[in-house]
Amino acid sequence: MLLPFRLARPAEPVFSPTARWGLMLIVLFALSVGAAEAQTSAGQPGILATIWKWTPLLAQGFALNIAISFLAMAIGTAAGVPLGICQISLLPPLRGGSWFVTQFFRNSPWLVLLFYCMLLLPFEVNIAGHIVPIPGWIKSTVGLSLPVMANMSELVRGAIRSIPAGQWEAADALAFSRRQILWMIILPQCVKRMTPPWMNLYAILTVATPLCSVVGVSEAMTLTRDALASEARNELLVPMYLYLLAAFFVYCYPIARATQALEKKFAVK
Amino acid sequence: MTEPLIRIQDIHKSFAKVEVLSGISMDVAKGEVVCVIGPSGSGKSTLLRCVNALVPIDKGSIVVDGQEVHDPKLDKLALRRKVGMVFQQYNLFPHKTALENVMMAPVHVLKQDKKEVEARARGLIKKVRLEGKESSYPGELSGGQQQRVAIARSLAMQPEVMLFDEVTAALDPETVKEVLLAIRELAEEGMTCMIVTHEMGFAREIAGHVYFTDRGVIVEHGPPKEFFSGAKDPRTRQFLSQIL
Repeated sequence: MLLPFRLARPAEPVFSPTARWGLMLIVLFALSVGAAEAQTSAGQPGILATIWKWTPLLAQGFALNIAISFLAMAIGTAAGVPLGICQISLLPPLRGGSWFVTQFFRNSPWLVLLFYCMLLLPFEVNIAGHIVPIPGWIKSTVGLSLPVMANMSELVRGAIRSIPAGQWEAADALAFSRRQILWMIILPQCVKRMTPPWMNLYAILTVATPLCSVVGVSEAMTLTRDALASEARNELLVPMYLYLLAAFFVYCYPIARATQALEKKFAVK
Repeated sequence: MTEPLIRIQDIHKSFAKVEVLSGISMDVAKGEVVCVIGPSGSGKSTLLRCVNALVPIDKGSIVVDGQEVHDPKLDKLALRRKVGMVFQQYNLFPHKTALENVMMAPVHVLKQDKKEVEARARGLIKKVRLEGKESSYPGELSGGQQQRVAIARSLAMQPEVMLFDEVTAALDPETVKEVLLAIRELAEEGMTCMIVTHEMGFAREIAGHVYFTDRGVIVEHGPPKEFFSGAKDPRTRQFLSQIL
C-alpha cells in the first residue's frame, strides 16, 4: 500500500472498515467457496476442509503480522513523539532537521522504505563479541516503523499546535518555563486528542504488514501463497485470499469502532 | 514622594509594520487601581502584556518594583511572580481541577511546600466564593466561576500587581457581577491593579485613575469623577457617548 503524496495541510488518512464491508466480505467468501466447490474435481477434499486444514499455519503467520504491527507501532511511537516535539523547537536547526526527517519518511512509499531496511541493515551484529543475527522480520519491522514514526511526529506537532495559544500565554504569565509548559500543560492535553488518530494509524499499519511478504518474511500473506503453491489448485486462490482478508477485517474492525467511539466521546467535550 | 510601583515611560511597540503603542507613559503607585479604557485595537491589551514581558517592547522603559522589564537580562521569573495576570478567555488548564490550577505554579515554579500551598489555595478559592468547587474541572464551571478560579490562580503566586485584561468581556451578564466583586475586594485590600475594561460603571467606582487610549496613545486621563463628567478631548467624548 502506498500512502498518497500529500502537500501542505494534509488530511489524515482514515481507516474505517464498516460492518457492511464485513458482511460483504462474508458474502463474497461464501460465493467464492461455492464457485470453487463447483470447479473441484471428484475425489479432492472440499474447499472449506482444505482451508481449515491450513488455518493453524495461517494463524501462525497472522500472529507474526500482529507482532510486527505491535513492535513497529512501539518503535514508531517512541521515536515519533520526540521527533514531533522537535518540530516545534525554538532552535532552527533542530526544528528544520526534524521537519525534514518527518516529511521524508512520511512521503516515501512504505514498500521502498521496507526494501531499504532489508538491504541496508546488516543480517547480524556483533555485540561485545557475540554475533547476534537480525532476522528478516525484525528488519522489516524497523522499515515499517519509519513511516509510523513520521506520521506520529505529524500527529504530535498537529496536536500541540491545536492547543489554544492562551494556554501558553497563561502559563507563561505564571512564570512556567517553556519546558514545564510543554510537559505539564500542553502535552497532557494532547494525549487525549492524539489517541483516536493514533489508533487509526495502528490499524493502517496492521493492514500494511503483508507488505513484508514481498521482502520474504513468513507472515500470513507469504504462508497463504505457500499453501496455495503446495495445493496446486487454481480454484482455491480466490477463497483463500478472501479468507486472509477476512482475518484482517476481524482484527481491525473492533479497533476502528473503538477509534470512532473515542472520537465521538472527545468531540462532545 | 515615593517611587511608583510601575513606571511606564514612552513605550513603543509594533507588530509587523503596524504601530500598536506609540509612546505611552504612566505611573502606578503601590495600592493604586488604574483603569484603561478605549476602543478595540487601541493597544490596551498589548500595554498590559508589556508590563509582565509577555510582549517585548521596541523602545522605552517599564520599571516594575525597581526592575527594568525592557532588559535582555531580565529575570522573567522574578518579574512574573510579582505581576499576576488574568485573561479575557480565563485560560484555565482544562486537564486540572480548580484546586490544582491554583496550586500548580507555586508548587512547580516557586517550589513551595505542597501542604502550605494547598492551604493557601483553598483559602483563595474560598475568598473568590467557590468553596466546594475545588475538585471541579474547568469544563464543569460557568464562565464567571472559571474566571474567579483564574483570579485565585494568579493570586496564589502572591503578586504585588494584578493585571486584568477585559476579564468580563467573554462572560454572561449574570456572571459579570461576581467577577467584578472579586476584583473590587482585592482592590479594597490594597492590591495594585491595572484593569483594562469596557465596564464603565465599574471603572468609575473602582479606579483611582482612568486612562483613555486610542490608536496607541493616551488621549486623556484623570480621576474618574473628572474624567467621566468633564472629558475635554473630542475623541474621548465620542467614545464615552457611544458606550455610556
